[in-house]
Amino acid sequence: MSDRRRARLVVVGNGMAGMRTVEELVARAPDRFDITVIGAEPEPNYNRILLSSVLAGDKTRDDIIVNPWSWYGKRGIRLMTGIAAVGIDRTARHVMLADGSAVPYDSLLLATGSKPLAPPIPGVGLPNVRAFRDIADTEAMVAAARSGRRAVVIGGGLLGLEAAWGLKRRGMSVALVHLMPTLMERQLDVAAGELLRRDLDARGIVFFTNCQTEEIAGDERAQAVVLADGRRLPTDFVVLAIGIRPNIDLARIAELDVNRGILVGDDMRSSDPDIFAVGECIEHNGQVFGLVAPIWDQAKVCGAQLAGDRAAVYAPPPVFTSLKITGVDVFSAGALAAADDADEEITLHDAKLGLYKKLIVRNDRLVGAVLYGSVGDGPWYVELMRDKVDVSAIRDRLMFGRSFAEKSEAALVPEADATTTVSGAARAVPQWQDA
Amino acid sequence: MAGRVIRTTCPYCGVGCGLVAAADGTLSADPDHPANKGRLCSKGAALGDTLATDGRLLHPQIGGRNASWDEALDRIAAAMTRAVADHGPDAVALYVSGQFLTEDYYVANKLMKGFVGSANIDTNSRLCMASSVAGHVRAFGEDIVPGCYEDIELADLVVLVGSNAAWCHPVLYQRLAAAREKRGTKVVVIDPRRTATNDIADIHLALRPGTDVAVFAGLLLHLVATGACNNAWTHDYATGFDETIKSAREAAPSLAEVAAVADVAIEDLERFYQWFAATERTVTLFSQGVNQSSAGTDKVNAIVNCHLATGRVGRPGLGPLSLTGQPNAMGGREVGGLANQLAAHMGFANAADVDRVRRFWNAPRIATQPGLKAVELFDAVLDGRIKALWILSTNPAVSMPRAERVRAALAACPFVAVSDCWPTDTTRFAEIVLPAAAWAEKDGMVTNSERCISRQRAFRPPPGEARPDWWMLIEVARRMGWAEAFDYRTPIDIFREHARLSAFENNEPKGRLFDIGALADLSDEDYDAFPPMYWPLRRGADHPRPGVKRLFGDGTGFTTADGRARFVPTPYRAPVVPAGEQFPFILNTGRVRDQWHTMTRTGRLPRLMAHQREPRVDICSEDVTRLQLKDSDLVRVESPHGAAVLPFRIADGLRAGEVFAPMHWTDQFTSAGPIGRLVGAATDPVSGQPELKASPVRLTAVAPQWQGLLLSDSAHVPQGSYYWARVPLERGHAFTLMGWEPLPSGRGTEFWVAALLGASTAAELVIYADPARGTYRYASMVGRKLEACLFIARAGSALPPREAAAALLGTRIEPEARAFVLAGDLGGAAALNAAGPTICSCFGVGLNTLHDAIVSRRLTSVAEIGAVLRAGTNCGSCIPELNSILNSAQAQTGTAA
Repeated sequence: MSDRRRARLVVVGNGMAGMRTVEELVARAPDRFDITVIGAEPEPNYNRILLSSVLAGDKTRDDIIVNPWSWYGKRGIRLMTGIAAVGIDRTARHVMLADGSAVPYDSLLLATGSKPLAPPIPGVGLPNVRAFRDIADTEAMVAAARSGRRAVVIGGGLLGLEAAWGLKRRGMSVALVHLMPTLMERQLDVAAGELLRRDLDARGIVFFTNCQTEEIAGDERAQAVVLADGRRLPTDFVVLAIGIRPNIDLARIAELDVNRGILVGDDMRSSDPDIFAVGECIEHNGQVFGLVAPIWDQAKVCGAQLAGDRAAVYAPPPVFTSLKITGVDVFSAGALAAADDADEEITLHDAKLGLYKKLIVRNDRLVGAVLYGSVGDGPWYVELMRDKVDVSAIRDRLMFGRSFAEKSEAALVPEADATTTVSGAARAVPQWQDA
Repeated sequence: MAGRVIRTTCPYCGVGCGLVAAADGTLSADPDHPANKGRLCSKGAALGDTLATDGRLLHPQIGGRNASWDEALDRIAAAMTRAVADHGPDAVALYVSGQFLTEDYYVANKLMKGFVGSANIDTNSRLCMASSVAGHVRAFGEDIVPGCYEDIELADLVVLVGSNAAWCHPVLYQRLAAAREKRGTKVVVIDPRRTATNDIADIHLALRPGTDVAVFAGLLLHLVATGACNNAWTHDYATGFDETIKSAREAAPSLAEVAAVADVAIEDLERFYQWFAATERTVTLFSQGVNQSSAGTDKVNAIVNCHLATGRVGRPGLGPLSLTGQPNAMGGREVGGLANQLAAHMGFANAADVDRVRRFWNAPRIATQPGLKAVELFDAVLDGRIKALWILSTNPAVSMPRAERVRAALAACPFVAVSDCWPTDTTRFAEIVLPAAAWAEKDGMVTNSERCISRQRAFRPPPGEARPDWWMLIEVARRMGWAEAFDYRTPIDIFREHARLSAFENNEPKGRLFDIGALADLSDEDYDAFPPMYWPLRRGADHPRPGVKRLFGDGTGFTTADGRARFVPTPYRAPVVPAGEQFPFILNTGRVRDQWHTMTRTGRLPRLMAHQREPRVDICSEDVTRLQLKDSDLVRVESPHGAAVLPFRIADGLRAGEVFAPMHWTDQFTSAGPIGRLVGAATDPVSGQPELKASPVRLTAVAPQWQGLLLSDSAHVPQGSYYWARVPLERGHAFTLMGWEPLPSGRGTEFWVAALLGASTAAELVIYADPARGTYRYASMVGRKLEACLFIARAGSALPPREAAAALLGTRIEPEARAFVLAGDLGGAAALNAAGPTICSCFGVGLNTLHDAIVSRRLTSVAEIGAVLRAGTNCGSCIPELNSILNSAQAQTGTAA
């Protein structure tokens, strides 16, 4: 073991966060590490976000591959797929694999992602009950749509709605059970949630909101979802999409500091300075992550740290969501509603067209946006939030989007008539002044 | 008659300008008409645009339903007959108009005075001309204007008293201004206000309202003192000089006291006196500032006294010249259309006159005494003496003093019929509404302020079932059983009779000066071709053509008993109700440049509305400070008779303590109209003309809580605790709103907004709300059509620009642009469309934007696109689309990938 050998980086997790971090790293320091990637799934890295599009038939499995096998090869990265990491020996600096073998590391990156939450009810283990997490789940759902007629989705968040829509698109009659009164309540306010429900109702998805699931009934296979109020929803297939939790099994075994997720600092290091973590498995300043934008930033910072840039630090940007259901435009960022009197809500509502926008302003700064039906300006709002722009001057135009708001102020001074009144627009003129 | 041009006359002020209507209906000034010689004012120039018939009354209506002419006319005839039978002739009244043509006037007058048997026919000329008529009669024995317009151009000094000719008689003002350019005419303006007319004034006497008599009494004494009088006139051609001097000494004890009473600089006053004394060719123009006063008649005589004393009457370049307000005020006076006149310059005072007219008309039950003048007439309506009232071609619910009381009278009257061209504040009180033919659709004669008779000629057919007023009147007369006496087929039949009556038993020298006997046998052809002519036009003699432009020049011809003119003593009287503790300000009323009367015609034109969009009270800066008015404030103007809340404007042409408001705005145009609500009922004891220009009021600031702009298809908004003013648009209407109470909150808002928007059930609402800022915007859409939209903000400056917003009405609005209606500007939608359908929803990048960037910046990979536009760099969902766009773009441009 001479000092001349290159340092070894082991990445546990072949998902979007891990591979984006590797991309960032090799872009900066291609020769710094010998890199080994351990992935539990058999595929190379794909864009998990697009599973909905695959399910809906908008995209193919190949469309969503981000880094094909060749990509790893070209960069001399050793990829081990279809095998899970089961432990870490931090003193020996080994990662233990399911087949008993061990992979040594100098630096270790945990990108173990998240696990779907399963409700504590009977029947979740039945074969035709699936989460919606990976390609295998997706393929199971596609197959179910071929054989079965009816599906029930439990969970009315982003993922559940996308799953419901996908199955609907594939010809199933779909019921969706949601514990809360409002769909996507974490990303939408009540008004937008109602519009969303109305639109999806119109597309034939049957909603059971404000409903607790009692059990999934069936012996070998799930046959019905039973609600707390006793109603039975007969079904051929059940999707569980009530949420995710960071996958911290490995970190716990390794006795890293964990809470909801693996605790990391601004430098993306865990309580063990040689072990980094990014993505849905981490917890940073009490925040865990389910959306992609902040994870890209984590990858950037982590990649830089691994490349030796100790100054790179992570500061979470305002997060924003958009739903991937064809023809349903939903966008939300920052606050969803006024928290107190200092928060000022501005709304635009066109019930007939199903257009709804809410902006939340605090101390002349934009702090939240919920858009439904027209989301084109979402990113501009995110910029205004991120850069803490004083919007007082353009407030009356803010709602109407960047292109309108950035038109010259001059155009917006109301002109008066030839013998200008003082009321309304102060200007004294001789009373006989003509047009 | 295609291809042939038609000469006619303008329907606006008393100047009576000639117009030429081309075959296609386009109007231009008549270069040959003596009144305007090719000139036109802003209102006249816009006449062509007022011809649109939308909104016109098209069918007779009974209780709001369409009815046949027969049914409507039968009802009127029956109501008048019953009233006469049950309560006598004086239970019936007609209230008519200086908008009437002479023929309309003649039959109306003949019907009432000759056949109904009551002189209860008065006219809105009572609000306009009555004092001049009375003054002329007192001085000359007859209602005679001795001079003509030409004198204005021949004069070396022109004195305008109570006249803003620049706005109210613009063409005469132009003629004066042109003459002044040429010959350096001196101009003195005597008016409490500094107006547009002051642009050519050498001296402005901004006198205290109503003190004109003192000023001219002082002038008379100055003329005496400086030996400027003409003895032949003071002793031979006129009587009453000494008594007049005597009363003048009381009215004007000294120059200093006149200056004090009139509150003018003694130097200015003296300079005016000196100029008048020294200038033989002096014309004194006087108008409503003189007439609309409780001392109107004395003001006229105080002026005329000075012209008699200097013998400056009826010769070129000199004389008193009354400017009438309306196009045919003079024609009405010729006919005798005022309640205190009989007919053709004959009166009730003289039994022989009454007998003569009785015989001429063969009217046994002819009225033998004067009827009720306008103010008294509506009092009589209110207290029930008048049971049947027919109002033609005028809008007393707006124009009369104490308008509220007049409205109460109309509401209380057992039977009211109204003839007009458009719905007005007055038609609302009518059981029967008759659709009248409008100016462009009527044939007849008018006489302007200089005794010049011109033809008004129809150049387009009336819309719907509209008919001329003379026709309605004779149809009612026939139905009342007087078919024989009203057997006219056309206006010419009426005019010939009118001319015949003027000459009937009319022998010089003691005859009536109003004699147009030369026209008694006018052929139909000559009537059609009739060129402008000045009366008198006596049969035979050296007349008729071209008529007599000037009268009395040689000190003869006065139709008084002794054939001499009269000096009339004019004791000075201040306005009846002075300003005081309770009502410390004096409200003056008048016209604005581009509006006419109650706006039934001019209010329909966006371009005429552009000059002044809404009613305002003018206040001088000193009083603005005193009242602590903030720029954005409204002002509550209150008198004992009524109140109005309206915007104000700083106008430094006003004397401190005096404010001015236009008389035009009605309920059709604003919550603040009509200003006649505030005006009291004081009248001139001789002429009965109301004091419209000196009403005590109090002013209080009203702070608006919010301001609004409403665009709507509808011309109506509900009343509320807000001020509103309407302006017509090319399509629809724009309303300015200012509320003095907080906006309704909670559920209340919806109803309030719906009421303002007049939202139909089919309407789809688009709503913008920024409660913290007090900004609310509502659009009421039906499909792609905008029915109405409402913008509300705390400050007017936070409302969208009117013009951009106004363009929204009637524009086809695509769904994706709907939200931008509330931006007050569809420009944003255009930009939105320019970006094309969104491809990268994370960063809102549109197809067109991508395509343009790829081509212009020669992008060759998704990574480069991401670097430039950020598209595809977040969730990556759009990367497949980006690839295909990249390929197609490159395929087009041949860029190597």
